[in-house]
Amino acid sequence: MSVEATTLPASARALSGRQIAWGLFGAAVVLTLLQYAGLLPAWLHRLPEAAVPNFALWLDTIFNFIKDDLGLLALTRFLTDGLEWLLDFSANILFGKRRFPNIGPVPWTAVAAVAAVIGYYLGGWKLAVLGGGTMVWTALIGQWKIAMQTMSVLAIAAPLAFMIGLSLGVAAWKYPWVDRVIKPVLSVLQTLPFFTYLLPAVIFFKVGPTAGAVATTIYAIPPMILMTTLGLKKVSPEVIEAGKMSGCTKGQMLRHVYIPSARTEILVGVNQVIMLCLAMVVLTAFIGMPGLGAKLLAMMGSFKLGRSFEIGVTIVLLAVMLDRMSKAWVIKQPKHFERGTPFWKRHAMLLLGIALFVGFMLVSLAVPFFAEVGRGQDFSQGKELDNLIKGFLNIEVVKATTGFLRAFLNVQVLIPFRNFMLSIPTPAFILLIAAFAYSLAGRREAIFALVFFSLVALSGWWDRAVITLYSVISAVSLAALIGLPIGILASRTEKWSQRVLLICDTAQTFPSFVYLIPAIMLFGITDIAVIFSILIFAMVPLTRYTIEGLRTVPPEMTEAADMSGATRMQKLWSVQLPLALPTMAVGFNQAIMFAFFMVIIAAFIGTQDLGQELQRTLAGTDLGKNFVLGICVSLMALTFDLTIMKWAADKKRVLGLE
Amino acid sequence: MSADAPVISCQNVWKVFGPDPKGFLNNMPAGMSFDEIREAGYIAGVKDVSIDVHKGEMLVIMGLSGSGKSTLVRCFSRLHDITGGTITVEGQDIMSLTEKDLIELRRSKMGMVFQSFGLLPHRTVLENVAFPLEMRGQDKHTRRERALEVVKLVGLEGREDYFPRELSGGQQQRVGIARSLAIEPDIWFLDEPFSALDPLIRKEMQDEFLRLQQMLNKTIVFITHDFDEALRLADRIAIMKDGAVEQCDTPDQIVLHPATEYVRKFTEDIDKARVVHAGVLAQKDATGEGAPLDAMTTVHDMARMLVNDTRDMIPVKRGDALIGAMPRKDALDILLGAET
Repeated sequence: MSVEATTLPASARALSGRQIAWGLFGAAVVLTLLQYAGLLPAWLHRLPEAAVPNFALWLDTIFNFIKDDLGLLALTRFLTDGLEWLLDFSANILFGKRRFPNIGPVPWTAVAAVAAVIGYYLGGWKLAVLGGGTMVWTALIGQWKIAMQTMSVLAIAAPLAFMIGLSLGVAAWKYPWVDRVIKPVLSVLQTLPFFTYLLPAVIFFKVGPTAGAVATTIYAIPPMILMTTLGLKKVSPEVIEAGKMSGCTKGQMLRHVYIPSARTEILVGVNQVIMLCLAMVVLTAFIGMPGLGAKLLAMMGSFKLGRSFEIGVTIVLLAVMLDRMSKAWVIKQPKHFERGTPFWKRHAMLLLGIALFVGFMLVSLAVPFFAEVGRGQDFSQGKELDNLIKGFLNIEVVKATTGFLRAFLNVQVLIPFRNFMLSIPTPAFILLIAAFAYSLAGRREAIFALVFFSLVALSGWWDRAVITLYSVISAVSLAALIGLPIGILASRTEKWSQRVLLICDTAQTFPSFVYLIPAIMLFGITDIAVIFSILIFAMVPLTRYTIEGLRTVPPEMTEAADMSGATRMQKLWSVQLPLALPTMAVGFNQAIMFAFFMVIIAAFIGTQDLGQELQRTLAGTDLGKNFVLGICVSLMALTFDLTIMKWAADKKRVLGLE
Repeated sequence: MSADAPVISCQNVWKVFGPDPKGFLNNMPAGMSFDEIREAGYIAGVKDVSIDVHKGEMLVIMGLSGSGKSTLVRCFSRLHDITGGTITVEGQDIMSLTEKDLIELRRSKMGMVFQSFGLLPHRTVLENVAFPLEMRGQDKHTRRERALEVVKLVGLEGREDYFPRELSGGQQQRVGIARSLAIEPDIWFLDEPFSALDPLIRKEMQDEFLRLQQMLNKTIVFITHDFDEALRLADRIAIMKDGAVEQCDTPDQIVLHPATEYVRKFTEDIDKARVVHAGVLAQKDATGEGAPLDAMTTVHDMARMLVNDTRDMIPVKRGDALIGAMPRKDALDILLGAET
């Protein structure tokens, strides 16, 4: 095929595409102006109440049918029993809940020793210190029991999510129709706000750890499926053929060839499962699951910043420990021992672990402190920290700064912006989004945008949806104002790139919940705190992908720019940024997804958006409404996801970066 | 099955890639060229190939990348299902085999070596070599014994517990070779086994391979894109282009009488004197005087003698029997590179 034949129709289409996008935009502007002039009929400004179909009721009816008439509830209650047994088991081992097998709790010293040995085995001294240190900190600060409550759910939910994800991943890889069914479900699941998982979990699986474990498991499954199929698809064709020529049956192929060869991707999946489980298990505090999350929620609610801070540190330490260890496991390669190495040397780490475990068990029989840090024995500095933080906030300069930021942002920026967004008539708003999708991605995405946002309008929660969107857009814009310059500056030297990337990587492992702590510390329980918490959460991917985008610009291009006599700024604007843009767009997309996630959680601080309503549904059994709200958030997030990812992929192809 | 029946025999084999290969092949007008097929939206990976491989023979399939040589060898072992024609292995039509029979055939009769080795990264050398034995359910002790034996055969003693990534490329390919030999296959497929290795190691591995072949005497299908390698190893060479076999003959004949322009281009830069043997130049009915030459002597080997000798016809013997006589001028022409 000739070059002209392929480019000509494409450019013709792009032209008409741009015209359509401008047309949509123009129509939106006209509608808005009509509204401002008072000429727009009310039913075109907002959908009248009467026209809102009662989705919630319909969904409720469907749920009730599935739940009672089809007997799903009976099934899930049956499953609950099994799950409860497992959770009781881990609860007994870790913090001594009085259930079978009644042997726990394991002394904290023994757990810490084992964590240190595992850390050493996986990644040397640094990880040993991290593993042991985290456990020692948790015990000494007096949070052992709540931390173990959290871990006992994690210990069940993560393996469950791993097993289910692995099997579904294998199925999706093996049967194309499973893949076709699973793909759209996964993308919806990944954008569905977490609160939407919680209520069905509660209704079907009983309040408390079981519901928490179920919601956590389901939330953590998608990446495992994706990584499994990715890994299996990447197995080298020669290895597959070698397996076939060795006479493997289908089962043997899977067990001995495919899965071991996809080890890296599968373990990356394990890492993601663990991290998502930790993030989620903390959030299950909202449905009354005891543990670190619940304690943090209570402490923040009563504005005890010192204790909140300490719990935050524990959560962060646990997250970093789990992340580093599972990542070290990914890159750990098997090593051979010389012939004749004695048994104890081959299994030195296993034996050391067992010895230390047994040793500390025995010691703790004699010294109770080694078994359990009792009341009043811990080293918590909650009160002192509290005073310190409050003192800091009361320093005139600090107070003036936060006060100014609060007033300025609220009055000058955020509230006017919000009111502007709310003033746009619904159809105009939908057209705007469609025009945005059309100009960036194309017709397919524009139609999705149109349908998705129309559904949101039909749900009857339009104003709250717009407020949600307003929080997301303002927080991501502010995050971009800060994050992009940091990324650009850092990418100038290798050293700073590495440092900032390390910070971003670490920050990304923190469960989203802890981002609320600094926000509340600085701004109290206010709107600004909401925006601020989303802002820092969304800044991480923005900065990270900016650095990665700029660093992956091929060196011969920057060299060509240098040799053409470009100044630093010229080089940045005309060579580096355009080439980095597709990668940066991925960062933008992730920032928006993170923001949608965070804005719902921030409902805890007090917002007027969909999240607030969602959180309210958790108290009841209003499953229909819960789903309608959740799906609204999901539809909005999906629109952005589809559009931006399509744009980035197109751009990458055009630039020949892939 | 008679003794000299071919081990692998393929008749008019087609392998077509595309949306509906079978339908396309059935309705295709005869004599369509590779490019015409491509324009119709299909790729002819193997195009109407008929070839036999005999017991104990080493057939080298030579061609540039994309010529279909790897596809053809994968049809022999049914890693690819063919679109048309028939392939029989030891008299059995392999397309009619059930999955179970096919697995059985591979477990008992076939071994294959791959270009990038295809080793399982999570298994040690010994476990990789024992893998085919494990798959067919041999007990731990026997397979260990056998694996140790083969590892020794390829010269990797002492490295049994290493993991593939701890070995050099040449050593990894030795593991690949050992694995393919573990089940004592009758038929041995080698898909560009030395292409990924650097030139010095490649030479060493070729020598090693010739040594093994002399010991084991397998039926071999060897794939390469390197014409020198083909000349060095082959009993017969099949030269492929665009999925079809251009010429299939002994190295001497290919060098002396290239069938097509394409083949001739390959032979252009070859030192024919190192390839052509006395046996090929000998004329059956002719007789000569004096001491006979061995049929396996290359023209290069007899160069000094050719120059000093004065006979016109030199007798040639195979074993102890005279098979004819070689005109000295023909040999000199080859030595001096004159066009014949």
